[in-house]
Formats: sequence, C-alpha cells, structure tokens
Amino acid sequence: MADQTLDTKGMNCPLPILKAKKALRSVPTGGTLEVLATDPGAVKDFAAFCRQTGNELLESNEHGGVYSFLIKHTA
Amino acid sequence: MTDAAMNEDSLDNAKSMSLIVTKGTLDWGYPPFILATTAAAMGLNVSMFFTFYGLNLLQKKLDLGITTLGNPGMKMPMMGMHMGMPNMLGMIPGADGVATGMMKKLISKKGVASIEDLREAAVDSDVTMIACQMTMDLFEYKLDDLIEGPELGGAATYIETALKSDINLFI
Repeated sequence: MADQTLDTKGMNCPLPILKAKKALRSVPTGGTLEVLATDPGAVKDFAAFCRQTGNELLESNEHGGVYSFLIKHTA
Repeated sequence: MTDAAMNEDSLDNAKSMSLIVTKGTLDWGYPPFILATTAAAMGLNVSMFFTFYGLNLLQKKLDLGITTLGNPGMKMPMMGMHMGMPNMLGMIPGADGVATGMMKKLISKKGVASIEDLREAAVDSDVTMIACQMTMDLFEYKLDDLIEGPELGGAATYIETALKSDINLFI
C-alpha cells in the first residue's frame, strides 16, 4: 500500500504530472505515492518525470483503462 | 553541508529552459504554459519572455479567443467526424466567438487545464516572467495591467538567459 494516493483520472497533460509533483511534497522521503490516471500519455510522462527528478518509479501498471504509478519519493 | 545549503547548491546546478512567447490566442497559449509548468515540476529553472501578442497572456483578466481564419489544420470534432473551418466562416459576424466557445467546451470536457490554472501554476512554481518593454510601450500596456510577478526586460535580458539555458524555445 502506498503512503498516499493521488487520483488524476479524467485529467489531461500536464495535470497528472503537476499534481503528482505537488503531492510528492507531502510524502516523506522514502515514502511512496500512488498516482491513478486515465491519460495514456502519462505512461511515458511519469517514466520521464521520475528519471529527470531522481524519484524512483517502482511500478507502472494498467488495469481496465486506469494506469497506476507507484513513485518512491527519493529526491 | 546543511540541507538548506545542499538545496541551494542543487538549484544552482539545475537545468534551465527559456521560452519566448509571441502569441496570445486560446490555442497558442497552451504550449508555453504546459512546457513551463512541466519543466518547473521536473526541477528546471524556467524563464518566459512575453513579447508582442504573448503579452495578452499576462493580462489580469484573460479574454482569449481563437480564429478560424488561415488555419486549415484546425479540424474540430463534430457529430462523430472532424470538420475543417473554411476561411469563409471567419467573415460571418460572431464566427470566431462560436469557435472559441466550442474550443472552451472541449477543453473542459476533456479534462484539459484552463490557461488561467496553468498560468497560476507557473507563478506558484517560481517561473520567471519577463514582459518585453518595447511591446509594452508599443501596445500601451502598463505593468499594472498585468498579473503580479512579471518584470520588464528586453532582448539583452533574453540573450543572457538563453546563453545559460539548456533548452530555448520560440513559440
């Protein structure tokens, strides 16, 4: 279970990334944030976001049209 | 090293992006604000230079529109198909208003952020905004007409920033 969950279903680029960045601020270092999204572009975007910011993308899944990303707050 | 010192250090070493924003319509307002807010979220230092019609995006009260004129690439989804916007349409009084209304409806239906929200996010994430002094003068705008935050600058200010930036875009 993630420490925090952020629901961005129905939102379009760049809102899922912007909201995730904001949400990560309240996740302690070492903690995890789960982001739910329906924007298919978010798959590549969250991978790029994590590579660039140094946060760790632990999981990237899709289930019934909903994407979920598990991000470890490391940076 | 203290945490604060480390943060400052990493901020100095951060990548950076500069944008020249020249257009002030509802559609063209998106790319600069989307890229600026996303880059800021990814840890970049971002500077936006607003010049000519781009200054329209800094007005306190935004009144952005689109025009159907001269844009054969604009195909709006309508009744299950995509409809082009012939130039003739633009001659009908109120046509641009209708097109703008359609676009705004699509924007909210598709979960796309409003320009106002993206602009606020840019201000909140400390994006540097420079308003071009020459075009401010040309169009008789005062800093007072703009939102809080933008500073006045000119071409030299931009060139200096661009020289230090990893990404430079003209939109």
